[in-house]
Amino acid sequence: MRFFKNVLIIAFLFIPLASDASVKEYTLNNGLKALIIEDHKAPLATFQIWYKVGSRDESAGKTGISHLLEHMMFKGTRKYSSKEFSGIIKRNGGSDNAFTTKDYTMYFQTLSSDRIGISIELEADRMTNLLLDPKEVASEKNVVMEERRMRYDDDPQNLLYEEVIASAFKAHPYQWPVIGWMSDIESIEREDLLKHYKTYYSPDNALIIISGDVNPDEIIADIRKHFEGIPNIKKNAADRKTSEPEQKGERRIYLKKEAELPYILFAYHTPSFPHHDSFALEVLSAILSGGKSSILYRNIVREKQIALNAFADYNALTGDPFLFVLGATAAPQKESGDLEKALYEEIEKIKEAAPSEKEVQKAKNQIEASFVFAQDSGYSRALYTGMFAMLGDRRLMDRYLEGIKKVSPEDVQAAAKKYLSSDNKTVGILVPVKK
Amino acid sequence: MKKHKTEIRNYSITPIFLFLLTALCLLFISNNASALEFKKQVLPNGLRVLHAERHGLPVVMVTILIKASPLNEPEDKAGLAYLTSNMLIEGTSKRKAAEISEEIEFIGASLGASTASDYTTISLSVLKKDLENGFELFSDMLLNPSFPADEIKRKKDMIKGSLRQSEDDPSFVARRAFIKEVFGSRPYGRLVNGSAGSIDNIERNDIVNFYRNHYLPGNAILSVVGDLTSAELDALTSKYLSAWKMETENSKRKIERGTEKVDKAKKIVIIDKDVTQATIIFGHAGLSRSNPDFYAASVMNYILGGGGFASRLMKSVRDEMGLTYSIYSFFSANKEPGQFEVSVQTKNESAAVVIKEIERQVKKIRTEPVSDQELQDAKAYLTGSFPRRFETSRGIADSLAAQQFYDLGDDYIEKYASYIKAVTKEDVLRVAQKYLSAENYVLVTVGNKKKLNLSDLQPSENIH
Repeated sequence: MRFFKNVLIIAFLFIPLASDASVKEYTLNNGLKALIIEDHKAPLATFQIWYKVGSRDESAGKTGISHLLEHMMFKGTRKYSSKEFSGIIKRNGGSDNAFTTKDYTMYFQTLSSDRIGISIELEADRMTNLLLDPKEVASEKNVVMEERRMRYDDDPQNLLYEEVIASAFKAHPYQWPVIGWMSDIESIEREDLLKHYKTYYSPDNALIIISGDVNPDEIIADIRKHFEGIPNIKKNAADRKTSEPEQKGERRIYLKKEAELPYILFAYHTPSFPHHDSFALEVLSAILSGGKSSILYRNIVREKQIALNAFADYNALTGDPFLFVLGATAAPQKESGDLEKALYEEIEKIKEAAPSEKEVQKAKNQIEASFVFAQDSGYSRALYTGMFAMLGDRRLMDRYLEGIKKVSPEDVQAAAKKYLSSDNKTVGILVPVKK
Repeated sequence: MKKHKTEIRNYSITPIFLFLLTALCLLFISNNASALEFKKQVLPNGLRVLHAERHGLPVVMVTILIKASPLNEPEDKAGLAYLTSNMLIEGTSKRKAAEISEEIEFIGASLGASTASDYTTISLSVLKKDLENGFELFSDMLLNPSFPADEIKRKKDMIKGSLRQSEDDPSFVARRAFIKEVFGSRPYGRLVNGSAGSIDNIERNDIVNFYRNHYLPGNAILSVVGDLTSAELDALTSKYLSAWKMETENSKRKIERGTEKVDKAKKIVIIDKDVTQATIIFGHAGLSRSNPDFYAASVMNYILGGGGFASRLMKSVRDEMGLTYSIYSFFSANKEPGQFEVSVQTKNESAAVVIKEIERQVKKIRTEPVSDQELQDAKAYLTGSFPRRFETSRGIADSLAAQQFYDLGDDYIEKYASYIKAVTKEDVLRVAQKYLSAENYVLVTVGNKKKLNLSDLQPSENIH
């Protein structure tokens, strides 16, 4: 699991090498950007629209508002009633969904390529005509509260993760969960949502990506027809300037909850791409947990049998510096103290001796191969392009690829020494309690 | 392994929901899809081989489906099929476990085995340039597993540990109780990975015999899709798989009794757990994949609870009542009749209301014909979404193998849309009456008992 996520995140960085020529870029008069990726291997197309707004743009007391607004985008406009959007897509054999992150919100549909115009019309409509019916707002808040119970409140490991993130950051809004705190979800009103919508759902704050069996000239004409009439309200909020102060000592939190096995997380503050250390951190993450031959699996799951599973997770592609996270579930009959010690020892080993050339090469091979596999699907191809575009320019992929290629074993060791220090660490421990 | 996502989806696509899609739609391709061409041959050793060429991307996807599953294992050794497939990658006569993972991961490929209700698959995803290397590893794992005793012990401990961790997941706890009530001691009534007790009963000898009796070319289907020609595939199979021998006279494959005669009777189970939400599963035995009513049942289920936001259950319980994030229903239409179930999570206090609504919706679809619009929408989705299942080479490889396994016919892809289009409102009503019950069902609720408000229900079983 960990391996897949890691390689997917890194992998697409290689796309431009293979497909740069097939991406066409456009900017409309109102500031809306569009990228069209031509690929004719299946008679399908994916439409994605990205808004640069996520939980980082929220404020205390209203956390979760970006995600709640994402839900409300399916609940009706002046032209289409609640859930009609999804109904139309399904009637046409398509699928649709959306997700919200700390940095952005993305909506997508996959359809037979001759029907992709339906997405264009519907997305243009909800960019500007959202109803936000108070009754629907009240009902959807309950839905999101159920979502929160399911994903966090009743899942001890996810709840620990939420606690660790909240402790690792004290100034930056990354401390808040994307879904929001329960009482905040409850207190958000229609007026709050309307203000958020009016502030961020502006053409100049959005990006369209279409990938698949399409003709770019025809598609862009259709996009212009539906989107160019939407006035550019100019995203009317300044980007947040908060930066997280340097951590000066270990933070340690405990979560006591009904659970079978202890679980541990280590979170270290790290820079994000394109910082020069971000490449070595990506490779380090793959060396630690990229498959069954990785360090954590080999040593603490297989040999010592102290962990049932273990992972390292680093996502370089965040808007602001985020975290390098290590985690492990204790094997039955093992103590969390021993597991913590074992994880710590693996980190110290990497700091003492650089990994072998072969280990570094394996990590790079995994990254490169997974990039190729990701192109099997139009959705992932568009997704990867979009993640770079959200950082400013889709061509940042090239820079990322180059950076990964240049990583040496010494770079990996240096990055481990620099960032995986105890003063820079937040430790979270799930303490199982019996009911 | 736990992954903490920063992403939150508008609605969940749980593994079970995926299963629903696979079970219902796995092999469907609509008429308007460009026809998928594949070749089929049988090798001298009895192995069926399917092949589709796709040269757009330099990758090759290999799947081998083996008829080895819980249907072939004794109840007291539940988990034998699963453990056997998991052991394939843990050592061969040529390589140690660590060497296999090192070699496969060094070339950025993936190779793994998994066992589901009806069969086992081994899958290889590899770059074209490393195909020979990857295929050799794949064949080594398939033909020469050595089942080292120390690795068996390690694997058994890991499976037992994972089962223990799953106790934290209310959906896992609920589904395990549900299938047990529905199917009793039959194969579909137990977990594919077994239980701590049944895993302890498995000896090395059981694994060796299970492998010997089931991992045979005449009992398998190989499916290869991607950037390779027929000549290249023939060269690979003759070099690496011709040593695989036909089954010997001694081998016997025992098929455990299926589920064809499961009686429906009302059973209520409440499991106390310190959680904020109740996880509810409602249902009973359903139908098999070979049942001709499968298509009408697919349409009916789409309207009731299989169609996401288009379904009646989602519209009612999520959109109108605001009582859940996700509710869905499915038939697991397997080799033998699997279950029909409705699954939902809601805060403890709302459990009773949601259960009443599920009952009401099941009664309604059993007594009133669906509307013309509902029928039309369901058929439009089922036929129109079919080509999307064949977008990727991995999807094609897996689907072709399963299509052969379930004997759906080589023309199934062309015919699927016509099967769906033939379904009438009368068919939908008839299958709802035949395969659903609003009285004789199993109802499992995992939740905080003090808050559940289920005093109307008379539990046949209480578990603490």
